[in-house]
Amino acid sequence: MVSLYAASKKIYPRSVEGVFAYWRWIFVVLTQLVFYGLPWFEWGTRQAVLFDLATRRFYIFGLVLYPQDFIYLTGLLVISALALFLFTAVAGRLWCGYACPQTVYSEIFLWIERKVEGDRSARMRLDDADFSLEKLVKKWYKHLIWIFFSIWTGFTFVGYFTPIRELAMEFFLTQMSSWELFWVFFYAFATYGNAGFMREQVCKYMCPYARFQSAMFDNDTLIVTYDTERGEPRGPRSKKAEVDGLNLGACVDCTLCVQVCPTGIDIRDGLQYECIGCGACADVCDTVMDKMGYARGLVRYSTQNAMDNKWTPQQIWQRLKRPRIQIYTMILVAVTMGLLVSLSLRTPFKVDVVRDRSTLSRITEYGTLENVYRLQIMNAAETVQSYHLSVKGLPGLKITTETDVMVDPAQARWVVLRADIPYGSVESGSHKIMFEIQATGTDEFVVEKSVFIVPR
Amino acid sequence: MSDFTSNFWSIFVAGIAIFGVLYCAFLLWFSAQVKVAAHDTDDGTTGHVWDGDLREMNNPLPRWWLWLFIITMVFAVVYGVAYPGLGSYAGKLGWTSKGQYEAEVAKANQDLEPLYAAFNAQAPEQLSQDPKAMAVGERLFMNNCAQCHGSDARGSKGFPNLTDGDWLHGGTPDKIKETITKGRIGQMPPMAAAVGTPDDIRNLSHYVLSLSGSPHDSVRAALGKSKFGPCAACHGPDGKGIQAIGSANLTDKIWLHGWGEEAITAMINNGKINQMPAQEGRLTESQIHVLTAYVWGLSNKPAATK
Repeated sequence: MVSLYAASKKIYPRSVEGVFAYWRWIFVVLTQLVFYGLPWFEWGTRQAVLFDLATRRFYIFGLVLYPQDFIYLTGLLVISALALFLFTAVAGRLWCGYACPQTVYSEIFLWIERKVEGDRSARMRLDDADFSLEKLVKKWYKHLIWIFFSIWTGFTFVGYFTPIRELAMEFFLTQMSSWELFWVFFYAFATYGNAGFMREQVCKYMCPYARFQSAMFDNDTLIVTYDTERGEPRGPRSKKAEVDGLNLGACVDCTLCVQVCPTGIDIRDGLQYECIGCGACADVCDTVMDKMGYARGLVRYSTQNAMDNKWTPQQIWQRLKRPRIQIYTMILVAVTMGLLVSLSLRTPFKVDVVRDRSTLSRITEYGTLENVYRLQIMNAAETVQSYHLSVKGLPGLKITTETDVMVDPAQARWVVLRADIPYGSVESGSHKIMFEIQATGTDEFVVEKSVFIVPR
Repeated sequence: MSDFTSNFWSIFVAGIAIFGVLYCAFLLWFSAQVKVAAHDTDDGTTGHVWDGDLREMNNPLPRWWLWLFIITMVFAVVYGVAYPGLGSYAGKLGWTSKGQYEAEVAKANQDLEPLYAAFNAQAPEQLSQDPKAMAVGERLFMNNCAQCHGSDARGSKGFPNLTDGDWLHGGTPDKIKETITKGRIGQMPPMAAAVGTPDDIRNLSHYVLSLSGSPHDSVRAALGKSKFGPCAACHGPDGKGIQAIGSANLTDKIWLHGWGEEAITAMINNGKINQMPAQEGRLTESQIHVLTAYVWGLSNKPAATK
């Protein structure tokens, strides 16, 4: 009998050393230095990176983005998606194995677990053991460190949305607002649960990327492979034994590759959907091969084609020129360039023109016909800026209110203005006009369309 | 639920919601009962084989996933009882979107109370010199007054200009506040019958134009002067209007409803009822106080055309 629901089996990944483990740790350190460090940087008088949701201003170093700049977020997401496509097509689940927060935090939590409870076998023994003071102390100790770390993570996360230095003060004075408190603890809870308990189950059952990545794989994608031809038939043997005489492959069936696997699979069964491509099995197998005096690479990063056709690394590299990679690269470069160019050409202010609708037009005592407009000028720069307003599009059209206005840093201001033409100079109807708004002292300007209405 | 003549749709919607939850529960219970028979296999497959070699693997759902299902069902039930989620049932908490909106507005007003308290302590004349108060006033004006009076407060035909120092109902802060709070109704009755023949009315129109020195036919104006009697009751014998009853000053070249013989004739013939809606209840007293200062300031500043 087979049940449709399975109790999950806890996985006890064994610690591993080697070149891929080294790179994985490099990525853990880099990503976390950025994550925990970035909100503490100052830029002038403000936090360098701050997503201020309340006032809807997103500060990224020298850049201030507004909801109107939402298109850049779209651009960023498109770039992220394309980069993911490209990396996956080239090297499989590179992101999963090295940089995904789920992997990175699991790695950190596992490291803490290892420091407290010991490596794989010690942890399994401890979990199997009856209740004891030692077990209680170790478990409490581990969870205490996990919780502390999680809260710090949650705190840092909130620090991206509300100034982190003030948040730290509030935190220690226990004066955080209820929403700040909620998000700190919610994010902490998610970190604690995902990295401490869910771990590989997130990748296996929850992550959509893990499931659709197979669409981006082809036979030239780098995957972690077991060299069946070289390894089989597997079997234990004495270190001194000659391989040739035993009728055995290179695999000594030590099962270390299974023990180190964070998702608990046996790579020797071939590529499986659980594999996050972290290369832990390749590392550990290399150490065993070294001990046995065999060549490294029984488990290694390779491609399906390379395995089938016994390609050399050079031949694998050659396949980087395949159309799929070229197209992904071209689109990625094009979109990235587009975004950068658009960002560099972005005018540091925005203008909206709203014509007063209730008042069609007025005849003034000076014998002119006037229309009323409201201009919303939004200064995206972080300095006070004055703007010069002008209008064109009709003969004799001029602004009769003030044409130079000041707007405070990173503020928007409504400016009411009147424009008029001599009475009777233009036939009745709606006429297209253009407002030109120039930031004084710069060559940045914005042109906004509107209409001038002449009544019958 | 006055939108519907029967409660069929209410029951229909509630029925589907309840059925959905119950069906989920049944499905979970049912699928937990099923144990796929693993015939002779011990290889983790279900034993089902198609086309000779296509075997169905058993890829069991993790058990904690089951708990998520149960949590969603519990949530659905709690939500359905507490909130108006089942047809026209109002929910135990009595939540409504309107109630939430009103609570938010009340809270925002309360949060702004300290700001307005400082404003309330000052007289409108003083307040109109306070740039911070005027920034608030400008926003209030834009959102509540500009629709009729124009963004620059200069009004248009039928909607008074607030910047010109001419007031139908009085331009003191007290009067302005009264106007905003209670609204005003300006009434000019049709006077044709009281004045006389159409020609009399034309003559009267020219007389009215002459009061402000506007272009007019002086012969007709002289003839029309004697017909001004009924008008003087409201506009005063000199035509300067009486603010207490909101009658217009006819001597100042300000023509709210249009000038010239035609417009004035039409006004005498047809009359006019013009209304300023009361803002009491829409705006708080403090907001009206700031608006009063803003509107007063429009015509009482050295540079009123800012």
